[in-house]
Amino acid sequence: MINVLMLVFIMSLFVCSTASRIRTFIKVIALQGVLLFGFFLVRLNEINIANLILLLLETIIIKSIAIPYFLEYLIKKNKMTREAEPYISNFSSIFIFTCANLLLFFLANTLKGGIFQNIFFVGSISTIFTGFYLIILRHKIITNVIGFIILENGVVILSLAVGNEMPMLVNLGILLDIFVTVLVLGIFANKLGDVFKEGEVDQLIQLKD
Amino acid sequence: MALIIYLTVSALLILGIILIRRKITDNVLSVLFLAVQWGFGIYEYFNQNTVQLEYFTPDAIGLILLFVLNIVGTASIFYSFIYFRYNNDTPKKRSIYFAAILTLITSLSAAYLANHIAILWIFVELTTLSSTVLIYHNRTEKSLEATWKYLFISSISVALIFIGILFLGLAVQQAKLGGMFFPDLLKNATRLDEFWLKASFLLVFTGFTVKAGLAPMYTVGIDAKDKAPTPAAAIFSSAIMNVGFLGIFRMFEITSKTTVHQWASMVVIISAAISVFISASYMVRVKSFKRMFAYSSIEHMGIIMLGMAMGGIGYYGAILHAILHSLAKSSLFYQCGSIFRVMKSKFIKDSGNYFELNTFGAVIIIIGFFIITAMPPSGLFVSEFMIFRSMFEAKYLWLMIIMLVLLSFIVWSMGENLFKLLFVKSENLEMKSDSERIGFFETLPQLMLLAGAVYLGLYPPPFLHNLIQQALVNLK
Repeated sequence: MINVLMLVFIMSLFVCSTASRIRTFIKVIALQGVLLFGFFLVRLNEINIANLILLLLETIIIKSIAIPYFLEYLIKKNKMTREAEPYISNFSSIFIFTCANLLLFFLANTLKGGIFQNIFFVGSISTIFTGFYLIILRHKIITNVIGFIILENGVVILSLAVGNEMPMLVNLGILLDIFVTVLVLGIFANKLGDVFKEGEVDQLIQLKD
Repeated sequence: MALIIYLTVSALLILGIILIRRKITDNVLSVLFLAVQWGFGIYEYFNQNTVQLEYFTPDAIGLILLFVLNIVGTASIFYSFIYFRYNNDTPKKRSIYFAAILTLITSLSAAYLANHIAILWIFVELTTLSSTVLIYHNRTEKSLEATWKYLFISSISVALIFIGILFLGLAVQQAKLGGMFFPDLLKNATRLDEFWLKASFLLVFTGFTVKAGLAPMYTVGIDAKDKAPTPAAAIFSSAIMNVGFLGIFRMFEITSKTTVHQWASMVVIISAAISVFISASYMVRVKSFKRMFAYSSIEHMGIIMLGMAMGGIGYYGAILHAILHSLAKSSLFYQCGSIFRVMKSKFIKDSGNYFELNTFGAVIIIIGFFIITAMPPSGLFVSEFMIFRSMFEAKYLWLMIIMLVLLSFIVWSMGENLFKLLFVKSENLEMKSDSERIGFFETLPQLMLLAGAVYLGLYPPPFLHNLIQQALVNLK
């Protein structure tokens, strides 16, 4: 079950690596939220009502509904639909992706022992890599925000792999922080869209020495 | 209990400022907040090392930084009142500014006292969000750019810190320890797995470099200090840098118990040396005073980190330097506000003849120049001397020589710019002859901060000396 979910998750990352329509990214993010919920459910040892509510809040409500809805609003308002021509062509990008993932899984398979056997660990590294990839190699500010969200998803999966149970209160604080961060990022991405019409990172070059 | 009261009262005051949006309430509530803040600081001092609300412990290092924050915060709020006297911002903008600065001070205080690594993380993230509002205060294109860069890079850095925390969690789990409280981690540091501790240290260190202003992620901090109003920039270059320092310090404490210590010191030395180099090379070509002082902060943080990596007397020097630098640098940032009002520009090329236009301010600039470049009788001279002595003792003579050469570059370029401001007759001087005079009382707090930087360095009072000694207990 976990393997299937993880496979779908990794496939969604592949979609991200080549996608050029921003709406595709949003759909991927919504899907990833649902998959994260699945991961949590499978991993959950005992169903406890408080935990379940927290999980639902964290994955379905925030990651699959609130954030995609908000991003949708942003792209509608700023009329951004397509990502500009990426720095690396789509073909090279999928090639790099395949190689990186193959290498990662191969390495994880050879390094027998401990955490490297954990599918969550390997998946999370792949996700974090995707997040950074989108942040570094895409032009649009909104795509960078999406990269950040995917990075955060990777961190969530990593926390599953580590399995270090943080106290409830701490978890709640972390969850709230991440949500507010994404919200504020969105607000400023919106402002940037108003000021710099193209909404591209290359326009942010006024501050320098 | 005091902590709950503090957090609730602060939250209520901040809420009041946002909701009422009147000049008088902004001022009254801010002053009220300062009273609460000082009361909280003093209460925590007398309840040292007692665990509060499970997740907070006022230990020595946290208390030192909390008091520095109280001093700088008070001065910043005072200068914010002056700032708004000369800037006709809308009541809404004004209230948002005050709410953000109070949130920033509250979250910094909580971050200093946190004894759980994830709680520290939560409040550091909160400081990012509140400083974002402050950077965006002027609502110009450039401030928007600075805000975006700061917010985005800080968020990524905070994500890196979180990955670091998870790796540390892995080490904790393998060692079968309970939680991730700092005292537990310190006690059982030797049982942690070396590989995961290294990975964790690297990530947490890199993440905190944004706040601390060190290479590799120092850049956004410079833009932030440049674009934020000067009272806020003063907090950025003192208290926020200190929270970065604290994060690194806490991780470094854990590694110092283990075999990873040597390696961690090397990481810190590399980052610190590069920071000083970057600061020296940008200082030569910098165009505005605020950016110059921001780069100077990078240099000082580099020196602090060198002291920490060298050990011995360097530990003491590092903490003393962090305190004194916060006082001196915030004073110079407040003076930047006066320079802007007199010169109507923050660029070095438009400045000159400051001695005639604002004599008190010019005196601050002269004294501040000697203090920030650590020339005797500056207190920073004492701490820098300790740090360089520790480098000498640790047999890093070559590094010491390179650092001294770079420091003389910094002194030279800073002196060139500041003395141009003071004495060179500007071409468009006539235009500026109508600029306002700035009174003595407005300059007095800056003088007091500079005097503090001298006094605390030369004659550290016994309670400060004790606190610094206690902060270093885990490093020996």
